[in-house]
Amino acid sequence: MSVPLTLLGLLEREPSHGYDLKRDYDAFFGRGKPLPYGQVYATLGRLARDGKVVAGEAEPGDGPERKRYVITEAGVTEFETWLTEPVAPEPTLQTVLFTKVVLALMLGRDAGQYLDTQRAAHMRRMRELTELRRTGALVDALLADHGLFHLEADLRWIDLTAARLDALAEAVRP
Amino acid sequence: MTHLIEARDIHLAFGETPALRGASLAADAGEVLAVMGPSGSGKSTLLHCLAGILTPDAGEVRFDGERIDTLGEAQRSALRRDRFGFVFQFGQLVPELTAEENVALPLLLNGTRRTAALAEARPWFARLGLDGLERRRSGELSGGQAQRVALARGLVARPRVLFADEPTGALDSLTGEQVMELMVGAAREQGTTVVLVTHEPRVAAYADRESVVRDGRATSLSAEGVAP
Repeated sequence: MSVPLTLLGLLEREPSHGYDLKRDYDAFFGRGKPLPYGQVYATLGRLARDGKVVAGEAEPGDGPERKRYVITEAGVTEFETWLTEPVAPEPTLQTVLFTKVVLALMLGRDAGQYLDTQRAAHMRRMRELTELRRTGALVDALLADHGLFHLEADLRWIDLTAARLDALAEAVRP
Repeated sequence: MTHLIEARDIHLAFGETPALRGASLAADAGEVLAVMGPSGSGKSTLLHCLAGILTPDAGEVRFDGERIDTLGEAQRSALRRDRFGFVFQFGQLVPELTAEENVALPLLLNGTRRTAALAEARPWFARLGLDGLERRRSGELSGGQAQRVALARGLVARPRVLFADEPTGALDSLTGEQVMELMVGAAREQGTTVVLVTHEPRVAAYADRESVVRDGRATSLSAEGVAP
């Protein structure tokens, strides 16, 4: 799960304070593991250093820091590149697939196209594993089976999600 | 390049209900193509159009460069008999015939003499692990055995294209994979193109590539250039 890229995605939606970013991150992606404030500001600091975001002037108010962050052109490019690339089809990456779909829907991007590209990448990996299963030793076949069942589970999720994109989009858009 | 079998922008409605809405799909000689998609997406209807079982309302279906959607029923029937093989979800063996007669059926329908047809059918039993079952009737075969008999029947006449509609749908996963292994192996050996309709990714992974049918339209996606 990539915190910097997810924060960039949330900033692509609209310029935000660190507090807003944390709140939305926790609501959509935290899943019971809230992002510590320290990590939010450290991440924003690194993104600013690398020219992916710029911080506005400190605003008066209560609380630790009141700066509004704005994504830069370089930040948008990095985020867009990440968003459109399929994740390497390995087990345990479900959370990244999930994050990409939710962000794409939130930003009005083509989540269906992303899911199609991901499905093709998954199928390609399944073909490789099927070939390994056919031609390899028993131990290889056993490992290939393990991978195949996990990828199949991902694909079922991809299909189900693709079938419900409209309803999901309504649920995540402000 | 001319594809061996191709559907171009085909439309088909059953009454008021559209089943295909501009589907295009092509398979080359010797290729194994999986057609995937959710239930009701139109994938079986697309296969039936490609195989000349149904004719589309609009669009073209070509086999070996020639249009087949404009042929009459008798010509399409001859084409299905002489050039195409079929395997369906439930073997659909003829219950009154023995397993070897079922395998020989396409040859008998092509006008091959009975002894020659049976002689050609018999080697398939060893090839597909069906030794000793030649004289059984379909009621005396397990699901996996019956499906292998159906597979032999689909391939015995050396068709140019084998159409397989959910061929493992009624089998458990291990038996299903044995059937897929045999189907793809035998088809590749004799250079038969396979158009395989399935909703199961593990079955589709035996194909060279896949096309996804959604809402009556087919898309072929390539994962080339994608991180492995």
